[in-house]
Amino acid sequence: MSKSLLIENARIIDPASGRDERGTLLVVDGKIADATAGIPADATRIDAKGLIVAPGLIDMRVFTGEPGREYRETLASASQAAAAGGVTSFVVMPDTQPVIDDGALIDFLVRRAQATAKVNVLPAAAITKGLEGKEITEFGLLREAGAICFADGRNSIQNASLLRAAFTYAANYDMPVVHHLVEKSLTGEGVMNEGLYATGLGLKGIPAEAETIPLSRDLQLALLTGVRYHAAQISAAKSVPLVAEAKKQSQRISCGVSINNLSLNENDVGSYRTFYKLAPPLRSEDDRQAMIAALAEGTIDVIHSDHDPQDTEVKRQPFAEASDGALGLETLLAVALRLVHNGQVDLLTVLRAMTSRPAEILGLASGRLTPGAPADFIVLDLDYPWVVEEKKLLSRSRNTAFEGARLMGRVMRTFVAGAEIYTHPDAQGPAA
Amino acid sequence: MAHKSPPETSEQQPGRSGSSPVFSKRHLLGIADLNQYEIVDLLDRAERMIPVSRQERKTLPTLSGKTQINLFFEPSTRTQGSFEIAGKRLGALVVNMSVRTSSVTKGETLIDTASTLNAMQPDVLVVRHSAAGAVELLSQKVGCSVINAGDGAHEHPTQALLDALTIRQHKGRISGLTVAICGDIANSRVARSNLLLLNALNVRTRVVAPKTLLPKGIEDMAAEVFTDMHEGLKDADVVMMLRLQHERFAGRMIPSVREYYHFYGLDAEKLAVARPDAIVMHPGPMNRGVEIDPSIADGPRSVITDQVEMGVAVRMAVLDALLPAGGTK
Repeated sequence: MSKSLLIENARIIDPASGRDERGTLLVVDGKIADATAGIPADATRIDAKGLIVAPGLIDMRVFTGEPGREYRETLASASQAAAAGGVTSFVVMPDTQPVIDDGALIDFLVRRAQATAKVNVLPAAAITKGLEGKEITEFGLLREAGAICFADGRNSIQNASLLRAAFTYAANYDMPVVHHLVEKSLTGEGVMNEGLYATGLGLKGIPAEAETIPLSRDLQLALLTGVRYHAAQISAAKSVPLVAEAKKQSQRISCGVSINNLSLNENDVGSYRTFYKLAPPLRSEDDRQAMIAALAEGTIDVIHSDHDPQDTEVKRQPFAEASDGALGLETLLAVALRLVHNGQVDLLTVLRAMTSRPAEILGLASGRLTPGAPADFIVLDLDYPWVVEEKKLLSRSRNTAFEGARLMGRVMRTFVAGAEIYTHPDAQGPAA
Repeated sequence: MAHKSPPETSEQQPGRSGSSPVFSKRHLLGIADLNQYEIVDLLDRAERMIPVSRQERKTLPTLSGKTQINLFFEPSTRTQGSFEIAGKRLGALVVNMSVRTSSVTKGETLIDTASTLNAMQPDVLVVRHSAAGAVELLSQKVGCSVINAGDGAHEHPTQALLDALTIRQHKGRISGLTVAICGDIANSRVARSNLLLLNALNVRTRVVAPKTLLPKGIEDMAAEVFTDMHEGLKDADVVMMLRLQHERFAGRMIPSVREYYHFYGLDAEKLAVARPDAIVMHPGPMNRGVEIDPSIADGPRSVITDQVEMGVAVRMAVLDALLPAGGTK
């Protein structure tokens, strides 16, 4: 006997097809089914009460502490935070102890995730052994073990010849390469955006060119090798035309942005607030507006959370000595919806950047509501008001950059493979 | 509406301090936290402290019974000594704690150090640290007053106050003067604090340095920016030289000491374009033959030793202002 679920009275939004209409969503055996072909009599029915039903989010950049630093975050705690934020799949970066640079470790992650995580955990394998930027990893074996893509996490590979080899070899297996952009010699001891604010605080600045120079190199090598290349995250206005130009030449090039660089700027650093110490750094307001415009016009494909749990020990430090990173899984969607409520980017575009675009880049069947796709979806109250409280977040760490933020829009229910894995207290229980 | 300048000096009160209005701040973390009236008030208080150090019995009882801890994460001879003498002349129990950076990186965080010291019930902590913002962070974790004795390239407020007091002693005023700050602006907390203070007192501020030592945004922090010493020093009333940490820069930010000295070292020829009565200052310690010619450093227009004397008066005034007399904590 098949198990089926019917979400009724919903506003169905499917960014992949552009569908936005009143309707129902049928799920049979964990997959989206065609409701017009008939509804099983024994289907469990849920009244969505007019709320949005959309694909679950796919977050392309998440750090955890498992293995090695479980006190910061485990796959289980990250997945709870993800579920509460409407994220049904996330790519976990290889920056763990040990580094995920070996097939056996991918296997470990896959098993741990199956045993402990409620959402789909997609492991990224390191591009270079130990994230040292010296030798490429065993791409073929890592892919066989279940790596979804190659990424060097927080590390940015400096050697152009090595990158060329990595891109060429990844193209051999048609695997996407995701690369973080830092020209290390130009960043130097820089800890925030270069400019008046950094100078006033007596902090060393990071110029935009520390991003645009490696971006330009990567794009040229991507065109040369034909690799599926994803610029992990851009932050500077000057990066946008470089990406736009390269995308004209190849559809295998894509680009991401952190929710932080869409919603915050260098002023938020205020008086050495280390929860706003991020990589890439928060840039100027002009840069932030350029990121929003690039998202709206499609130069930026993906919004991710850059979820990076850090403990108090490494954050309660003088700014230059504190670790980079902020939480993001639970606030990603609601913070992104600010752009919609402000009228800067339309809802379909914002959702597409967190659902169908990452799915296309990673080659996933999810991220859409077409029949046959995995039934990973959310019920979203677009106008639900809430205030971010650090104490209520489900992550093991507390380093949110949105403490006290007033947000509008909240996930009421989250489903993975047709099973409800998160229910907001204000969601109505299933109708009889 | 016309901008109203603050009084250059408030009414001089004879005798002891303590007659000034209550200084409402708990900490002195930076000049950025002070308004022009508070700056002038501190300078007035410091001026009244000058005679204390010149008399035979160099003491005031105002901080009797109080404990001052000097916590220096970065080595410093003159600033630490100056704070120690200032505290002792006011009757405080002064304890010097030199924390070697290595022991801090061995595991004890700044916060740990702060709470350990806080448990010893000091009344004031005087803190120097190599990281910008570290002193402010520490101040959030202790129950006593905190004085910033220099945090990275951020601020060094007592240095700016003693520089201003030295200028006032020599020029009789501060407002309306032209002050040229020359050298390693990019890495200097002294430059930042001085710019903030001098701008607040309507000084025409100039910075003079090669472009590699001028940080981004400096044009919004100084009235005029020069890369040529002759242009930058023209008609200046005060020439303030900064220490060049040449061992850190050689071959990068500046090609060589020789080249730097040739173009940016203060010598008689360059000083000649400043006003005839211009004074020369330096926060010390000096690199003679790098940023300043020995004959200028030790010459008649140098007020460098006066700065050291004013340093004690300023630090006494700041301690006195933050820790009002009477009663224990």
